[in-house]
Amino acid sequence: MKSNGLRRGRREGSTLALLGALAIAGCGGSAPTMSMSTAAPMGEPLPLSVEAPSPDPRVGLGAGLFDAEQAIWNMELVSETPPQREFVGKTNSDLAFSGNYAIQGNYDGVQVWDVSDPANPTSVVTYVCPASQSDVSVYGNLLFVSGEGLSGRLDCSNEGVQDAVSHHRLRGIRIFDISDIRNPEYVANVQTCRGSHTHTVVEDPSDDENVYIYVSGSAPVRPADELEGCSSLLPEEDPNSALFRIEVIQVPLADPAQAAIVSSPRIFNDLVAPPTHGLAPEDQRLIDEAVESGAFVADFGGQVMVLPDNFVAAQLAQIVQQRGGSGAPTAADSTAFRDFIPTMVEQMMGGNAALAERGPTQCHDITVYPHIGLAGGACEGYGLLLDISDVANPVRIDAVSDENFAYWHSATFNNDGSSVVFTDEWGGGGGPKCRDSDPYEWGANAIFTVADGDMDFRTYYKLPAPQTSLENCVAHNGSLIPVPGRDIMIQAWYQGGISLFDFTDVDNPVEIAFHDRGPVNPDQMGNGGSWSVYWYNGLIVSSEIARGLDIFELVPSDVLTQNEIDAANSVVLDELNSQGQPIFEWPATFALSRAYLDQLERHRSMNESAINAMRAALDQAEAASGQERRRIIGAAARALSEVPSSDSDKAGDLLESLRRLGAAGE
Amino acid sequence: MKVLFPRLFGLALVLIVGACASSGNSAERIAPASNPDLDELEALYNARADSATMVVHEADADFMTGMIGHHAQALVMSHLAPTNGANDEIQILAARIINAQRDEIRVMQQWLEDRDLPVPHVMDSGEVMGHEGHDMHMHMAGMLSPEQLDELRAARGPEFDRTYLRLMIQHHTGAVTMVHELFGADGAAQDDLTFKLASDIQVDQRSEIARMQRMLDAMGSGF
Repeated sequence: MKSNGLRRGRREGSTLALLGALAIAGCGGSAPTMSMSTAAPMGEPLPLSVEAPSPDPRVGLGAGLFDAEQAIWNMELVSETPPQREFVGKTNSDLAFSGNYAIQGNYDGVQVWDVSDPANPTSVVTYVCPASQSDVSVYGNLLFVSGEGLSGRLDCSNEGVQDAVSHHRLRGIRIFDISDIRNPEYVANVQTCRGSHTHTVVEDPSDDENVYIYVSGSAPVRPADELEGCSSLLPEEDPNSALFRIEVIQVPLADPAQAAIVSSPRIFNDLVAPPTHGLAPEDQRLIDEAVESGAFVADFGGQVMVLPDNFVAAQLAQIVQQRGGSGAPTAADSTAFRDFIPTMVEQMMGGNAALAERGPTQCHDITVYPHIGLAGGACEGYGLLLDISDVANPVRIDAVSDENFAYWHSATFNNDGSSVVFTDEWGGGGGPKCRDSDPYEWGANAIFTVADGDMDFRTYYKLPAPQTSLENCVAHNGSLIPVPGRDIMIQAWYQGGISLFDFTDVDNPVEIAFHDRGPVNPDQMGNGGSWSVYWYNGLIVSSEIARGLDIFELVPSDVLTQNEIDAANSVVLDELNSQGQPIFEWPATFALSRAYLDQLERHRSMNESAINAMRAALDQAEAASGQERRRIIGAAARALSEVPSSDSDKAGDLLESLRRLGAAGE
Repeated sequence: MKVLFPRLFGLALVLIVGACASSGNSAERIAPASNPDLDELEALYNARADSATMVVHEADADFMTGMIGHHAQALVMSHLAPTNGANDEIQILAARIINAQRDEIRVMQQWLEDRDLPVPHVMDSGEVMGHEGHDMHMHMAGMLSPEQLDELRAARGPEFDRTYLRLMIQHHTGAVTMVHELFGADGAAQDDLTFKLASDIQVDQRSEIARMQRMLDAMGSGF
């Protein structure tokens, strides 16, 4: 909890009169001076209320490769740029950003776009070097590209690799020097036993001579004849097994050609207990109801189950028999059975300890968030929380699984690290998992809170618009948008389009914007849609598998104001790899303070007249300069500290933003 | 006009109070515009899609054909869950396996069709039609023998749950083996679609094997 001198509650603000004198305008234009003394008492902040377009315009969009029908809400499509000729008909994959450049992976290489004019992105270089899936990352002058498919070649030619064992094959990480981005120089590669499906660049704060790469590879292990030392035996048969581990590559910045694997942490070891994320509130309610109505429940290592009636009946009959009785079991028999359940569970679980499975063999994606020293690992049937304070040796600190999750795909933390969104790429992205008939929990996001190294499940979020069976659709890559005071994520759903959702309230994620196209192919399921979409310096950039590069900007609405958008756009990054999450820090701007005011108003968590008076003060301050500006902001901050709010954290953030704004002028 | 004035005034106040946000609830539908440059790129796209189907490696084609039959048996097994008294957890698992493998069957059928190769037809129930149907089954890794299938058909309730998990683990393990065999063959999985599909199948099924093993462990032998 922040300590900010604000009071939570219903106090009437007498010092508001001070602000009343300052009040000239609401949001521009003139308005009468507000009376400050008629504030209505406040309750809890209102939940975010969104009126989604109805009927949903995403349903029934006409098909087409470059001429599909589109639906859009609360966003503007600034440009849609088809692929360069070399990559037409080839799969576009992930994105990374550096300066004014968007770097787009493609199964046949890498495409660099200059996005300084977002309405007209221009091609900087089309670098042909086939290998799926060409996951890309940047670090300064270095570009890293993942290769996993069997047809990737060391020499970048497109003839494939016909031999099952071949020294021409590249499966691993390619390293390019992009000091001259128009002419990437292929400086090195690091071959790995399972290839690289994705990878994560990690900076070690205590090591400025190297950068590190976590390699995730989900394909089968290569033969030892092709890459020495690769073994797919179980670890007890071969301690050097390529299974059940990730690879960490160290890249010396002075000589990237010397990049090599430095460790292979077995972060899955001893992952034998059946971890579960605990029950969703709704499931817990059902269990509670069952208990209330007399059902018997058992806790299997955190997984609470209602015991089947016939099983209970048999056990009770046995108890009756053991006491030499007959007929229906008594209340005492029931109690005896209830007391016996934990012992029974222990016997059952203990008896199967030898069968305990050994957990995942690999991760799909690891998202590092160095600011909080943690990483989220999406690893086959598990979501992992990793401590990365020793960068070369990540350590697992928590693991969750979920019966609705087929394949844990990726993780995105919120900005303060108190929650994490995991995605389930059920079916690998090639299936149409957003049909009306597909359950909401399947192929969706699962949202967890994170506290003290533990993850707690809260709820699911899935693209709310049903898609056709012609559209591959499942949860995929996305990133946070730095709207201060809110957790908002833009996410790709392949041919389901892109969806912007607010998960500030982890129990009630809400969609607030979207874009979608009709199917790529009207007759059969084609390969298309948004592979990934990320916010980067005010732009929302989407890698469209078949259609190229889409750039969007946010459009203000009731659920996201211009001030909130302006504040988000005040955050400027030098580069971005979404698997290396940056901390968002907002410079002191008028937009930032106004964004907080808009949020206090939206949730009715501060008196309306006080909000308007604050807005007026900010307008006055902005029109003034120097000492006068500081005086107005100082007065506003002092007045604000007396204003009650039912959201003291946000009011505290507002106050802090005013203090910084005032100080900024000095 | 005079009558309307107070209402307009009220409206103005509302606008001032809510001034910062436009009342945005206006989703748009954008109709396509024609563009000759894009028509040319689309022609290139179609030509490349066509030429990708011209070269077919036998290992890939055998894999697709075989895996359709393999997946089909998973449908047969999973359709027993509702009728044989499976518990809720197994019903969910079986429904997901049906959903996942039916979609993958469609992708593999499409792959064969695009290459003018014979396409095994799979009924909703999972029965495979066509001359290759039955004898190919028995040669693939992890396929249930007729006796094992009968054992599963006869099992009820908790016994069904355990048998289903045990046999589906065997079945899934076979699919993973098939992918390993494919990747060990010269010339295999050079096209991205085959590599992706096979790779996804092995990773999905490995994850599911681990989950099923966990479920089996949790079931113990008590009920």
